[in-house]
Amino acid sequence: MRLVLRGITKRFGSVVANDSISLTVEPGEIHCLLGENGAGKSTLMNVLYGLYRADEGEIELDGEVQHFTGPGDAMAAGIGMVHQHFMLIPVFTVAENVMLGDETTGFAGTLDLGAASARVTEISERFGFHVDPDALVEDLPVGVQQRVEIIKALSRDAELLVFDEPTAVLTPQETDELMEIMRQLKEAGKAIVFITHKLREVREVADRITVIRLGKVVGEADPKASNAELASMMVGRPVELVVHKDAPTLGDDALVVKDLRVVDVAGNAQVDGLSFTIRGGEVLVVAGVQGNGQTELTEAILGLQDDVSGSIMLDGLELVGRTTRQVLDAGVGFIPEDRQVDGLVPGFTIAENLMLNRSFKSPFVKNGSLRLGALREFAQQKLKEYDVRARDIDSLAGNLSGGNQQKVVVARELSRDLRLLVAAQPTRGVDVGSIEFIHKQIVATRDSGIPVLVVSTELDEVVALADRIMVLYRGRVVGIVPADTPRQTLGLMMTGERPKDLKDVVA
Amino acid sequence: MSDTPKPQPEKPDAPVTDDEAVRGTTSTVTTTEAPEADPHDARGERSRSLLREIASGDVLAGVLAVLLAVFVGSVMIAATDETVRETAGYIGARPSDFFTAVWDAISGAYSAMFRGAVFNYNLTEPAQQWRPLTETLKFAGPLILGGLGVGLAFRAGLFNIGGRGQMLIAGGAAGWVGFNLDLPLVIHLPLAILVGMVFGALWGGIAGVLKARTGAHEVIVTIMLNYVAYYLLFWALTKDWLLKTPGSVNPKSPPMKDSATLPKVLGDQFNLHLGFVIALVAVAVAWWLLNRSTLGYRIRAVGENPHAARASGIDVGKTYVVVMMIAGSLLGLAGVNQVLGTVSSGVSLDLDAAIGFDAITVALLGRSRPLGILTAGLLFGAFKAGGFTMQTSENISVDLVLVVQSLIVLFLAAPPLVRAIFRLPAQEAK
Repeated sequence: MRLVLRGITKRFGSVVANDSISLTVEPGEIHCLLGENGAGKSTLMNVLYGLYRADEGEIELDGEVQHFTGPGDAMAAGIGMVHQHFMLIPVFTVAENVMLGDETTGFAGTLDLGAASARVTEISERFGFHVDPDALVEDLPVGVQQRVEIIKALSRDAELLVFDEPTAVLTPQETDELMEIMRQLKEAGKAIVFITHKLREVREVADRITVIRLGKVVGEADPKASNAELASMMVGRPVELVVHKDAPTLGDDALVVKDLRVVDVAGNAQVDGLSFTIRGGEVLVVAGVQGNGQTELTEAILGLQDDVSGSIMLDGLELVGRTTRQVLDAGVGFIPEDRQVDGLVPGFTIAENLMLNRSFKSPFVKNGSLRLGALREFAQQKLKEYDVRARDIDSLAGNLSGGNQQKVVVARELSRDLRLLVAAQPTRGVDVGSIEFIHKQIVATRDSGIPVLVVSTELDEVVALADRIMVLYRGRVVGIVPADTPRQTLGLMMTGERPKDLKDVVA
Repeated sequence: MSDTPKPQPEKPDAPVTDDEAVRGTTSTVTTTEAPEADPHDARGERSRSLLREIASGDVLAGVLAVLLAVFVGSVMIAATDETVRETAGYIGARPSDFFTAVWDAISGAYSAMFRGAVFNYNLTEPAQQWRPLTETLKFAGPLILGGLGVGLAFRAGLFNIGGRGQMLIAGGAAGWVGFNLDLPLVIHLPLAILVGMVFGALWGGIAGVLKARTGAHEVIVTIMLNYVAYYLLFWALTKDWLLKTPGSVNPKSPPMKDSATLPKVLGDQFNLHLGFVIALVAVAVAWWLLNRSTLGYRIRAVGENPHAARASGIDVGKTYVVVMMIAGSLLGLAGVNQVLGTVSSGVSLDLDAAIGFDAITVALLGRSRPLGILTAGLLFGAFKAGGFTMQTSENISVDLVLVVQSLIVLFLAAPPLVRAIFRLPAQEAK
């Protein structure tokens, strides 16, 4: 199916999310939409999928102009969407999920599960998906769940498939498998729109690349273009993709974690006997697929987990059993993995957010009342220093772009006297330009002799920042390895396997 | 999904928390500013953003909700009016009669309300002419205090439905001090007020502690505590050694001693007592607390995003307890205002006069901001004062005021409806 978007414009109030975007996707082609977060890619796809109505422009499928009023119309026209967050019901089987919304029914409305099963098996075999139609979705690994989404789209005879940031939740291996699937679909004659901001993936599968910036098409890029060229097109200026850092000047053991165990509310050990050490002036990156204990590890350090045993010593001070406020006062800086949940108060101004963890003592507090003058001065200075793009310090944090929000969090955490920095997913959902800036700040923190614990699920980031890498799998250490460990080895370790010839580094 | 405009072109990972519903009604306006710095001059920019706030936000929604409710109220007045119905019978023959009757009914009702609530132009003596306004202020006092109590809890993300219980307990306690002790006024009155506040705070605090310790939902807890408070007061009113008037069969306490009665502020010819002044002071204190104090900062942080507050070292549970105690003490003040001021003839079971629930409406209409609550409280006070005159002079049921109040809440709760009616720019439904 041939898709033509012509002059699509979509406004939200005074913000133009899509500004006259035109795009053609041919059958048997993987067309990449490359752009930073907030560039307008998802808005465009929501217009295509009938979730938004375009203010101007038209959508044409195989030469016919379409007027979608909802996703149902789009599906009926042969458009399938694989969302970033799966739209599956965990307690249903694969077959039940696939038939949901398009149930074939027999006598008196009984569900024809057999037909659905057969359909799943048929599609699964045709593309080599290896999906059991009777498995419960909640028992499946994330990569397989994604395939269920794809099957769901294919079972409705989708000819155009939209993948919206599909690799965000996948391991490197699963990502490779997905790329393979996309190539197969392409060979079967499907048209594919692949939305991403990850340059490596784009170059691997794309036949054509359209770069979007600030709601406009910047131009087409050659799939053979270098990362630096693509990045500068996305950002609109040259970007340094590699973090320049010198060899670490190591200090004494600063953070010593021994036999750390974190048990969740359901009684499962999410972190199970972790031991590691970080020295002053060193970055230890915790790598692993999301959900293998990283969140619990950082929250345990910060005193945000209830059931923690073992020991976390920071410069000789035991942190286990302390309240979050005591931990922060001990000099721990914390960049949480989800800034929208744990990092920022969206309804607060930038200035108010900058004092979030200092609402008890000076410099912004005196005798129980706020020192607004001091706060404003501080905020003005940080706004400049951290290059936060906002109208002024009174802008609401919730209205900033992801990158600017994260800069506010980073500015707040690095503005205190630190003895340890814990940065969880410091650049998730952050534009390329801001990634560069935040990475530099983290390296600068390390260079000032502070131990840094970074949690990242992105291999690029792991390799860029690490002095050492600790790979976690199901709450346990697979291995602590040097920063120059090959990506393939790291990818393998992230699935819980430990290569035979692996050598751990101790310090 | 949400009623506030959220013009983010791409929202990577918007978390929907379960208190989104509450926040939707109480949060500040989300202006549609672009993330990039704007080159326009500062003043023009500011006035535009103010305009946007009013246009897209709750201030306008509040005003429109009131207007709409008053309009629907007018229709009801017209529909229930005898003359209107008579003239409707021959509307084909003489339509002018019908429209005159409609006009008379509506204008009569609202001018009666004006005479009852602000200024009675039918009288000649200036003091008597302005007397209605003082009545409005008298009624507004406890509404403002109660509205502050509910609104403050709102700002921490808590829905305090327990205003009634907090008022009853505080009123009972203050009343006991008021008729039982023999003290000079300078000690007796402040003591009675203080005791009322403390009891209100403790009663409100129960819900806070339960929420903080066990996660019990404050809506259910406060509703149930209303019943507990009611029957507790009932019981106390049957015991001679507590609140009952010895020798009487009625569940009512003896009247307050003069030394514990809130003095009239404009002389004896007006009913306006010190309670309104206390309400004004409370507005100022609440404003300072929310906007200038560190405690208020933490309350707002917890209300807007408890997760981030917790991750920044703020004790969310403790904040819940503290804010519920402050809310309880403010509603306690509303109860004190009734017992020691408006109805100083003795503590009875209906001392709360439904203020505990009206306070929720006041807080909603006032957008949980102290100055907004002051305005909303004055409006509702005027409704109360004017409703009586409307009933006596125009024979329109005082319940109409209740209907209008309820409609205001309804329209506030359904901004898309108001937007549709006034043809404001629609918000994109997600």
